[in-house]
Amino acid sequence: MTKTASPQSGSGGDVRLRRISKTYGSFTAVHPLDLTVPAGSFFALLGASGCGKTTTLRMIAGLEDPSTGTVELSGEDVTALPPYKRHVNTVFQNYALFPHLDIFENVAFGLRRRGIKSVKKQVEEMLDLVQLGPMARRRPQQLSGGQQQRVAVARALINHPQVLLLDEPLGALDLKLRRQMQLELKRIQTEVGITFVHVTHDQEEAMTMADTVAVMNGGRVEQLGAPADLYENPATTFVANFLGTSNLIEAEVTGVDGDDLLLRAADRALRVPARRCPHAARTGDKLLAGVRPEKMALAHPDDAVPEAHNRLSGRIKDAAFIGVSTQYLLDVPGVGELAVYEQNIARDGRLVPGADVVAHWNGAHTFGLDAAQDISAGADVDEEAA
Amino acid sequence: MTTHETTDAAPCARTVRRPGRLRRHLVTIAGLCTLAYLVLPNVIVLVFSFNKPNGRFNYQWQRFSTDAWTDPCGVADLCGSLGLSLRIAVWATLGATALGTMIAFALARYRFRARSTVNTLIFLPMAMPEVVMAASLATLFLNMGIQFGFWTILIAHIMFCLSFVVTAVKARVMSMDPRLEQAAQDLYATPVQTFLRVTLPIAAPGIAAGALLSFALSFDDFIITNFNAGSTVTFPMFVWGSAQRGTPVQINVIGTAMFLIAVVCVVVGQLAGARRKRS
Repeated sequence: MTKTASPQSGSGGDVRLRRISKTYGSFTAVHPLDLTVPAGSFFALLGASGCGKTTTLRMIAGLEDPSTGTVELSGEDVTALPPYKRHVNTVFQNYALFPHLDIFENVAFGLRRRGIKSVKKQVEEMLDLVQLGPMARRRPQQLSGGQQQRVAVARALINHPQVLLLDEPLGALDLKLRRQMQLELKRIQTEVGITFVHVTHDQEEAMTMADTVAVMNGGRVEQLGAPADLYENPATTFVANFLGTSNLIEAEVTGVDGDDLLLRAADRALRVPARRCPHAARTGDKLLAGVRPEKMALAHPDDAVPEAHNRLSGRIKDAAFIGVSTQYLLDVPGVGELAVYEQNIARDGRLVPGADVVAHWNGAHTFGLDAAQDISAGADVDEEAA
Repeated sequence: MTTHETTDAAPCARTVRRPGRLRRHLVTIAGLCTLAYLVLPNVIVLVFSFNKPNGRFNYQWQRFSTDAWTDPCGVADLCGSLGLSLRIAVWATLGATALGTMIAFALARYRFRARSTVNTLIFLPMAMPEVVMAASLATLFLNMGIQFGFWTILIAHIMFCLSFVVTAVKARVMSMDPRLEQAAQDLYATPVQTFLRVTLPIAAPGIAAGALLSFALSFDDFIITNFNAGSTVTFPMFVWGSAQRGTPVQINVIGTAMFLIAVVCVVVGQLAGARRKRS
């Protein structure tokens, strides 16, 4: 019953995982992992289904016992504490609302278990925060998915936990509602100042909401950082492919020119800033040159291309008009397929499937990755499977 | 609802083809026939509980009388056997429900060595012919030198009620989302509180169904009881026994009373359920 720390409104706690791991028999769900979630931050664990993100979350909640390592909440080791003695609360996937209790009693559940007698005022305030005041006496099954989701958030938040854990909280909602709830959750987090740890397989959701994203793959954290940083400077092919789309081009280092490395790919010279490449890259080494499709532009072979730009010639294989942009798929001999997204500002009528084109981009927008990786890692992950 | 539908559908029906009166009411008629089939025997029992028969047998209507209703215990041993049957039914229900609920949770929640065997064995009392089970039980008690009576009947009743409780509760527990209990623990409920506040209330309809079934099965069981009762006489045995020599009107009174109590229970339950749904 007694919690490890007294609940304090508006103050989040930090989470520190030290060498934490989880194995089931011979299967390792989470490899030894060190992770620090700063107090008051919105932290996302992003990865495909089976990457260990939910297991990690459940170890923080106390619903799974780690095989090795420790969990610390606000500097206190809680590894041995059962879930009901940890000052964290969880918003479960599919919400897990109690079907035999009405909305009011669902939200009051945590307060009542802690022996608080007068819950009415707090519950009503919390229901107002999530705009469900009039629904207090309804049963969970009488509410829509979005309303149930808000009840689940209210039921957790009313306890003012040090950390709120969210396990795919928006997975069951349709796209429009999910967008709306993303903003809503972000607003609530800013308002209450509690540390949020959010598990999701949806990279857009993670980037929209979180201050810091940890990309997980195969039970390991591949990379950790601010969304923009992860997107612009992916450290591995998995991150480059899983977070948005990347064109990865196999190349060889041919020399150095000032701050840039010079590469050769399909008999074309490319430039990439040396600071955006693995440190040890030297002349003769293999490298993967990466560039995001929206940073590239297409030109007709007769047109001029800025001199300093990297360029590759190919043929348009497919063009998809999606409103804000047109997404082209190019076939580049010696390189493979490239994706290029052109903003729909002035559409060039010559850029149709079958046409020869030149794809070009500012060399500063290129990043380099270690070539000793699977070039397509994370590219074909089924997002809906999670 | 019904009136709305008919007014809405009326213009349509006129433009198409007016179905015959019989056709339109076919489902209603079939329903009423089935209901009559089910209720008629009970109505006969009720009517004959107000009969004043000439002689021992209550098979022919003579004239109206409330004698039996004012003196239900007027026949020797009737109320004694009724009391015994009720006592056995209550204890058998309690025993079978407690044991059966625990077995159901074990089967639904845990993986253990003999799990599938137990699963099959639980069904056996339901599948086996009652006479065979009655005879084997009697043989067992005889061989063990246990005196027939209240305890042998109770043991036998708990045994055959168990399977029904297990089946009803297990279905309910299996369909329960395990995350509900995790959510309760996450919301500061200790394991005991989790069980009392979440698990038990959600499993309750299954447990109640099992208990009601147990009570009904135990109360009117004749075959197994007859084999294992010795000189003890339960209500069904009393009815059977007296039917050889004559049928006192009081039997109809008890039967009618049981039927009416059951109907009242069902109606109250339905009303409570309907009110909960509306609010």
